[in-house]
Amino acid sequence: MSSMGVLNTEPTQPPEKKLEQLDEVVIRFCGDSGDGMQLVGTQFTNVSASFGNDVSTLPDFPAEIRAPAGTLAGVSGFQLNFSSRDIFTPGDQVDTLVAMNPAALKTNLGDLKRGGTLIVNEDEFDKGNLMKAGYDGNPLLDPEFAARFRLHKVAMTRLTRDAVSGLGLSQKDADRCKNFFALGLVYWLYDRDRTPTEQWINDKFKKNPAIQEANLRALRGGFNYGFSTESFTTHYQVPPARLAPGKYRKITGNEATAYGLVTGAKLAGKRLFYSGYPITPASDILHELAMMKSFGVRTFQAEDEIAAMSATVGAAFAGEVAVTASSGPGICLKGEAMGLGVMTELPMVIVDVQRGGPSTGLPTKTEQSDLLLAFFGRNGDCPMPIVAAAGPGDCFYMAQEAIRIAIEFMTPVLLLTDGYIANGAEPWLIPRMADLKPIKIEHPAGKTGHSPDSVNGDGENGFMPYARNEKLARPWALPGTPGLEHRVGGLEKADGTGNVEYSPKNHHHMVMTRIKKVAGVADYIPLQEVEGPATGKLLVMSWGGTCGAVRTAVRAAIDAGKSVAHTHLRYMNPFPRNLGEIVKRYDTVLIPELNSGQLLLLIRAKYLVDAIGFNKVQGKPFLVNELVAKIDEVLESQPS
Amino acid sequence: MSTSSPASNLPILTAKDFASDQEIRWCPRCGDYSILAQMKKVLPTLGVPRENFVFVSGIGCSSRFPYYVNTYGFHGIHGRAPAIASGVKTARPDLQVWVITGDGDALSIGGNHLMHMLRRNLDLKVILFNNRIYGLTKGQYSPTSLVGHRTKSTPVGSVDNPLSPLCYAIGSEATFVARAVDVDIKHLTTVLERAAHHQGTAFVEVYQDCNVFNNGAWDYATDKAKKADNVVYLEHGKPLVFGKDLKKGIRLNGMHPEVVELGKGITEDDLLFHDEKSPEPSLAFLLSRMRQPDYPEPLGVFRDVAAPIYDKVVNEQVASVIAKNGPGDLDALFNSGDTWVVE
Repeated sequence: MSSMGVLNTEPTQPPEKKLEQLDEVVIRFCGDSGDGMQLVGTQFTNVSASFGNDVSTLPDFPAEIRAPAGTLAGVSGFQLNFSSRDIFTPGDQVDTLVAMNPAALKTNLGDLKRGGTLIVNEDEFDKGNLMKAGYDGNPLLDPEFAARFRLHKVAMTRLTRDAVSGLGLSQKDADRCKNFFALGLVYWLYDRDRTPTEQWINDKFKKNPAIQEANLRALRGGFNYGFSTESFTTHYQVPPARLAPGKYRKITGNEATAYGLVTGAKLAGKRLFYSGYPITPASDILHELAMMKSFGVRTFQAEDEIAAMSATVGAAFAGEVAVTASSGPGICLKGEAMGLGVMTELPMVIVDVQRGGPSTGLPTKTEQSDLLLAFFGRNGDCPMPIVAAAGPGDCFYMAQEAIRIAIEFMTPVLLLTDGYIANGAEPWLIPRMADLKPIKIEHPAGKTGHSPDSVNGDGENGFMPYARNEKLARPWALPGTPGLEHRVGGLEKADGTGNVEYSPKNHHHMVMTRIKKVAGVADYIPLQEVEGPATGKLLVMSWGGTCGAVRTAVRAAIDAGKSVAHTHLRYMNPFPRNLGEIVKRYDTVLIPELNSGQLLLLIRAKYLVDAIGFNKVQGKPFLVNELVAKIDEVLESQPS
Repeated sequence: MSTSSPASNLPILTAKDFASDQEIRWCPRCGDYSILAQMKKVLPTLGVPRENFVFVSGIGCSSRFPYYVNTYGFHGIHGRAPAIASGVKTARPDLQVWVITGDGDALSIGGNHLMHMLRRNLDLKVILFNNRIYGLTKGQYSPTSLVGHRTKSTPVGSVDNPLSPLCYAIGSEATFVARAVDVDIKHLTTVLERAAHHQGTAFVEVYQDCNVFNNGAWDYATDKAKKADNVVYLEHGKPLVFGKDLKKGIRLNGMHPEVVELGKGITEDDLLFHDEKSPEPSLAFLLSRMRQPDYPEPLGVFRDVAAPIYDKVVNEQVASVIAKNGPGDLDALFNSGDTWVVE
């Protein structure tokens, strides 16, 4: 039977197909950055999440928007792990790899399991593309290569053109549908419902019926190809996961950050003012918030990072919940104005979606290398509370925490996320506003009527802008309040009056007061928790976006009967006040980080423990296997 | 509106009510004193409650200004006053926000922010104190210092081509552009008042004398004996005449201004007539290019036109979305898109 004829009609007599059950599958779609791989990856994720699988995703795209077609530099990939169990990572190794051209095959093949399913668009394996990818010959024709995988050579370009013929599309437009052909085929392979994607196509292309119909046909064509052809003998089911009961949706870290910021402002009874400058991978926060005008959100796309930070300081002075976000290079530029925020003791939140550095570094890849920048990246003794989200959904909660701490302590707060959790998605148990705790603000009341004599520092009836409460926070007086007219700025202040004051003792006092204020946040955050035995041979300590991988690895070690525990930090400055006591309960502390050892330095310095690091600085998240192997290595090297 | 509506029940305030208790730390005889004094005179006349004023500054001698005015004030960091003020004003359009800056602050380290504030046309009043020197850092040449100026950092004379603040502002299509001189008190007051009432960014350059590091930089515009021949006062709809007996004028020869003597067949009708309302900024730009010693330097309002105001439009967008769709419901937002229930 010719495969061509069956594409647009449901076949009546399909070949015999087996349906098998699997617990967990990792798929990666890869192709040129113009091939629409992020789109089909997202569609597969949405459909799987709606079906009830636990999902975790890892988009991986090049820094160049459209590198020359067919080149290694232009390869874009989207990996997702979907499972019938709880999962915390997008998976180490790929079960099914879909490669749209030789360059995609070459850059991604190393992650495919031995014996894994490999689906390639064989039409793209021509001499020119093979050469661009650096292949001497066509690997698909090598029997030894074919024997290592379950190889499916599919003429996707030709089949897609055939499926959309008669719609009057240009060849270019027809070829742009082949990502949906690939998606349709994988939908069949994993027994997915394609209706939601069909609805999405109908909606997305409703103004262009020909393209709409072409994409629908390509999707069905791919699905029917799997169904009909003898190349595929088996397809698979991954049953729904047993997640905690409740209503779920899928969320990325940047979406969750935006939602968390708006929610935090709402809980404080304020509107959000957000100022930002476009930068990968933080821009999506600006995009999300720009769409949220009905929540009173004002977004200001500033002329540069310095202006974005300065406008944030200005808006905080004006009385708003003021926020900016960026990534490492932008955070460097913001440093001086962040110091101004510390000196003027105004509440604001700075989000750092970390990426590979230094300098421009790896703009689209993840890293955890801004921790010390967050701690120390400003002139003078310039302390700021720092919180870090553990995963995509946690960004929602840590964004609120950042706002809460900023307001309660009248200080700028840094929220650290990273490219991995910012772009990665996971199922999110939908919160209810009624369950979230309001954030209390007390603005000092003005004098009634006119009070010509009120100037800061006049002692008697004057407003004292640097008077402090039990948390050492100063009052947040709103411009427009009669009688509270006062001046703040970057020069050193006299405590109480807030007047400019350079005297040696006052400066010492103020530096120490600002440090003490931030240290005092420790009394208003949760105690650190440990998963696993309360004492033992090894404590694995993680922070930020590596939570999922480390948790998975430690659980595996615990299941194997090893004396290992896991503690994951979300509050970085100050550390939870029981952390020093926790680290002393284990023979060894292992700190895996996607940097050269930044938390390690802090923990060793602060608690005088001989902690050891496990460091990976490749722009990629940890694999569970790497962590498992490291845990074993550390345990084996210990005297028993 | 650039200000809260003037309420008839506002207390009557005077300049004294706008003085803070802080000791003023400018050098004796600094030109800044005069600007501060005129400002304190103008503020009570604007019909704005004192608590609704915010003064924002950068770094430099002039930027100490907010400490000396008893309103809300923010002494920022070097060059960033326009950005800080943009945050204040976008968040709170009900406040009247003044930006105090200098030639180094605004045109060197803060040049980028100045351009973007001007093109956005935020409703801010900007006073640039131009003394053609870095005073607070003790005397380096600034972006407005003249070629050949010997300073600590240019011992054999500056080689940088100086920047004209007004050319820059008009090039950025600022909607209100004016120039005044620190010691010309009456004229300065008028210009400050006009700036205060403008809706949109009002940009005012004030020739300010730094008597310590650049004494006499503006003598040609302040010295009673020379002044009349060296400056020309702009008046909307009036010809450009100047000189001791107002016998000299500016005539356009093609695109080139030329200085002419009135009489001998040349009448006022032959002169260039000022039009501050022209939507096309070319005339204002041409005037801003007139410099000593070739031309008298224009003083007064170069340009005063209306354009959409950034902070107003941003807040109107938010209001219109809320009016159209109703106020946002976070629970509804969380539950949007594909959702599923786990039993």
